[in-house]
Amino acid sequence: MTPHEPRNGAAGVRLVSAPARPAELLLRDVHALDPRNGLDRRCDVLVRGGAIAEIGAPGTLSAPAGAETVEGEGRHLLPAFVDPHVHLRTPGQEHKEDLETGTRSAAAGGYCAVIAMPNTSPTIDSAPILGALLDAAAREARVPVGFMPAITRGLGGHELTDMAELRALGAAGFTDDGRPVADAGVFRRALQYQRLCGGVLALHEEDPALSGKGAMHEGTVSALLGVAGIPSVSESTMIARDCALAGYEGARIHIQHLSARESVEVIADAKARGVAVTCEASPHHLTMTDEHVRGLDTKRKMNPPLRAESDRQALIAALRDGTIDCIATDHAPHARDEKEVPFERAPMGTTGLETAFAAVYTDLVLPGTLPLELVVSKLTAGFGLLDLFVPTIAAGEPANLVLVDLDAEWVVGESGYESRSENCCFAGRTLRGRVLLTVAAGAVAYRERSTILSVPASGSGR
Amino acid sequence: MRHLLSIDDLTREDIERILDRAAAFEEVSHRDIKKVPALRGRTVLNLFYEASTRTRSSFELAAKRLSADVVNFAASGSSVEKGESLKDTVLTLTAHSPDAIVIRTPYAGAAALVASWTTAAIVNAGDGKHEHPTQALLDVYTLRTKLGSLQGRNIWIVGDVAHSRVARSNILAFKKMGADVTVCGPPTLIPRGIEALGCAVRYDLRDLREADVVYALRMQHERMDQHFVPSLREYAAQYQINGRRLGPRQVLMHPGPVNRGVELSGEVVDSPQAVITMQVKAGVVVRMAVLYEVLAGARDERGAPRPTEPQLA
Repeated sequence: MTPHEPRNGAAGVRLVSAPARPAELLLRDVHALDPRNGLDRRCDVLVRGGAIAEIGAPGTLSAPAGAETVEGEGRHLLPAFVDPHVHLRTPGQEHKEDLETGTRSAAAGGYCAVIAMPNTSPTIDSAPILGALLDAAAREARVPVGFMPAITRGLGGHELTDMAELRALGAAGFTDDGRPVADAGVFRRALQYQRLCGGVLALHEEDPALSGKGAMHEGTVSALLGVAGIPSVSESTMIARDCALAGYEGARIHIQHLSARESVEVIADAKARGVAVTCEASPHHLTMTDEHVRGLDTKRKMNPPLRAESDRQALIAALRDGTIDCIATDHAPHARDEKEVPFERAPMGTTGLETAFAAVYTDLVLPGTLPLELVVSKLTAGFGLLDLFVPTIAAGEPANLVLVDLDAEWVVGESGYESRSENCCFAGRTLRGRVLLTVAAGAVAYRERSTILSVPASGSGR
Repeated sequence: MRHLLSIDDLTREDIERILDRAAAFEEVSHRDIKKVPALRGRTVLNLFYEASTRTRSSFELAAKRLSADVVNFAASGSSVEKGESLKDTVLTLTAHSPDAIVIRTPYAGAAALVASWTTAAIVNAGDGKHEHPTQALLDVYTLRTKLGSLQGRNIWIVGDVAHSRVARSNILAFKKMGADVTVCGPPTLIPRGIEALGCAVRYDLRDLREADVVYALRMQHERMDQHFVPSLREYAAQYQINGRRLGPRQVLMHPGPVNRGVELSGEVVDSPQAVITMQVKAGVVVRMAVLYEVLAGARDERGAPRPTEPQLA
């Protein structure tokens, strides 16, 4: 294992980043919080050679020669986040994002690894394309990236990709994200084929016959605006179909970006029946509703759409009771001129990596809706669902860490974004919780520009 | 008033002020020389991304009667067909310094978007299925002329509400003027959640006699291709306003153009209850008042135009 190919648990899945110097860091007097192992106290954390070497009482550890000391002053150190659902737009749409800017954006949001979706141009649906991307990531990616190739060629919904070959090359799973696999017969064959090649099938659930030309949630706001609606049942009926098929075939599926109350009910029911289904929700669906679309701001146009308050409450309840397994951003960059068009013409999607933690912290943790521990565990759970690693703060683990200032306030977009695109649905909002430092796969991947407090250590360790 | 984007932005007082001024302009249209110099030297740009004859000509006439210079820009035969974006088109046309842009597009919110890109006053002449505020104003004007006040009147809007910007603007405007509004149409063409606008919903015409005013919407033929209703014959059987259904004291309105034999039978179009040509007539004076309002009248509290001394808001 090299520092930039972290342990991932699943044979063959490749998570790749550019070579980086293994961190030598003393994080002094941080409030370490890792909900999985009960860690919740002020301490010193020493990182040596890119791995967590030691955790000690505050003020007890000293930096070895050459190590850098970061004064935590009681700020929170969390296991870094992982995102099983981002769009890095490479190849072919580099005017929106590329591997370098997308992973820089991830690092700035406290993420130590991400999985990129295949709806690129061309589609990631063959071994040569996947191979070329893995090579490119080894030159450009600031945090480890894995790729989920398509289930069907060209996302066409008809012919399966060479899934076994893609898997052997390191595919993290398969998805036609952006579109459903509308043909139940094709989808069933993909489920059957999973017995050969493994790899979770991650699903964008939407019945196109019901969603039609819809551009926002079907409800009172869409009625008021005269914009065609996407009904909640276009999502939930497709989830019900796919859970039934997955249960029948004994396959594993992961439902992407859950948005509707009805969908939560379908998944809770499928889980109760023993179907191997997991699911995710995005920060925007957890914090915003169709009321936020009244001004027809195209940054708030995404698929699935922002839904009603009752849907948002159902998602929050499902996060609490475990029906929703993880938070994933669906980071979907678009160029400014693509979004500066009338709402119904605009492409779907919002960026999300740089705002995920702060948005959820500000809107759900600060008001007391969800405990910080739960939010951290959901932001770090996504890779576990794909049999990849779960970032952990413990001696001997690779350093995947994020230092956050929970008291820092910032205005989204005020000082730009690390992402190449600026279509963030939280733009202009004042959020609490700022990422100061991200260590990904043992290397420092991001430092907040103004705040970093580090001093090169002298030999004495202070 | 800086722009006219949505009826939602107007108070009842705003509506009354605009319509009072329209009434004052009515006198101008009876003169031999139907022109006042109120907007002399101002430029009004008509930017139409959708086919329109009556709305566009009515705006053009309104601007000309106020002595403004008018430029018509239609999407066909223009740079739009060469792939220019709405923003680039607007920025290019803004270089000609129009004082007002009257815009119609097939997209909700486009007029508001354009307002954010230019310093010109924007008048929404229809944005997708969202709103058509000047239509609502001229309809209120027509009803005021016909009935006096709308307060407590019962107005039924019948037809394809889902795809109608006229319905949305009119529900808002009629409600603001104190009327009770009921929408009625095939369940496939009544959008879920429309009650939030403050109207009642019916799916048949059984209680149509409750209405003081029956406002029929145009049934567009393309809705047939999308199978929202089984057939035009079935639609007409269920929802056509005809001599049997229309009571003698009910006022009949329609935004035009009428599909005779579909949403309206021929005999009601030609009946004395129909005020359809009054609506068209009202279009010019109401649009004069709107252009005057956004370009000159915002600070004029007297409610009547001062034609020789226009002030820029």
